[in-house]
Amino acid sequence: MSLPSFEQVVADHGLVVLRVCRAVVGPSDAEDAWSETFLAALVAYPGLRADSNIRGWLVTIAHRKAIDRLRANHRAPVPLAVLPEIAVLGVEPPDPQAELWQAIAALPPKQRGAVAYHYLADLPYAQIAELLDTSEAAARRSAADGIAKLRTVLGPEATL
Amino acid sequence: MTTPESFRHVLASPGDVETLSHLHARLVEQAAAHGLLDVAYRTLDTPVGVLLLAATPTGLVRVAYPGEGHDHVLAQLAERVSPRLLHAPARLDPAAHQLDEYFSHHRHRFDLALDLRLARGFRRSVLDHLPEIAYGTTASYATIAAAAGNPKAVRAVGSACATNPLPVIVPCHRVVRSDGTLGGYVGGLDAKRALLRLEATP
Repeated sequence: MSLPSFEQVVADHGLVVLRVCRAVVGPSDAEDAWSETFLAALVAYPGLRADSNIRGWLVTIAHRKAIDRLRANHRAPVPLAVLPEIAVLGVEPPDPQAELWQAIAALPPKQRGAVAYHYLADLPYAQIAELLDTSEAAARRSAADGIAKLRTVLGPEATL
Repeated sequence: MTTPESFRHVLASPGDVETLSHLHARLVEQAAAHGLLDVAYRTLDTPVGVLLLAATPTGLVRVAYPGEGHDHVLAQLAERVSPRLLHAPARLDPAAHQLDEYFSHHRHRFDLALDLRLARGFRRSVLDHLPEIAYGTTASYATIAAAAGNPKAVRAVGSACATNPLPVIVPCHRVVRSDGTLGGYVGGLDAKRALLRLEATP
């Protein structure tokens, strides 16, 4: 068994990582965060074990890059493995997805992380707990609380 | 009940395809700038089918016919050369351009840097001698065996041609049997016939 080509990795996981980036750093910084993630992944890729969970590996890189990026934006020290709050900037076009992305970005950090890594990246709660420096049960609860909050924000007609 | 699948369904946007293609292009650019683009590839429509072209920073490393299975060849390149392999057409522009010229009778010799790392030993020395067969002419497997320094290795010349990583560019299609019949070809006999016919037509 050998590693798939990086082209295949981008094709298989590019969209998931883009969505994760939108959720964790906000839509306006998401593309830069995606580029940083995949460039860092490309550097390390030949050393990755062939039986690794590539999506989990990419999301972990995206998570670290998001923290770096948000910490730089805040110009304030933020403890590692904790996603800081992010400012939801500007008025996006009034489509339901933009509204949902903004609502996700406005979630408290742990809920935002748990929603992104579970609902967007399908990671197991054990791994999410590691990323968010919390327990598996707490990660599960954060994801559920996050989804519940998105439903309230988006109103009863939202098809979440 | 919200599931990851239903959640992603709500977020699916037709604009994502365009965004990802733009991000892919940016990744290719950054990879090249950081010396991380170990293998670049593209495909090219030609009269003998869609060819896969792949290059390392050293030069063109692989040309593959559809019959070899492009996905299979890409997986092989990822394993044997480097998994840092990306669809990066611009890197292959010179090769694509020269192949276009060749197929439209405007080019008789290729002037491209080649990376022959996929051919070793005697097979490699066979490939080194193939460009000596002039455009529009043929040579026998036996003649090439002698030129490569082992007149008895006629069958080995056949297998060197069959595993030529750079068909068309390294002209194994110009090697035929001593009795004048075609022998084999990595791209299939129709492609071999088409190339010989192309080169015989001014």
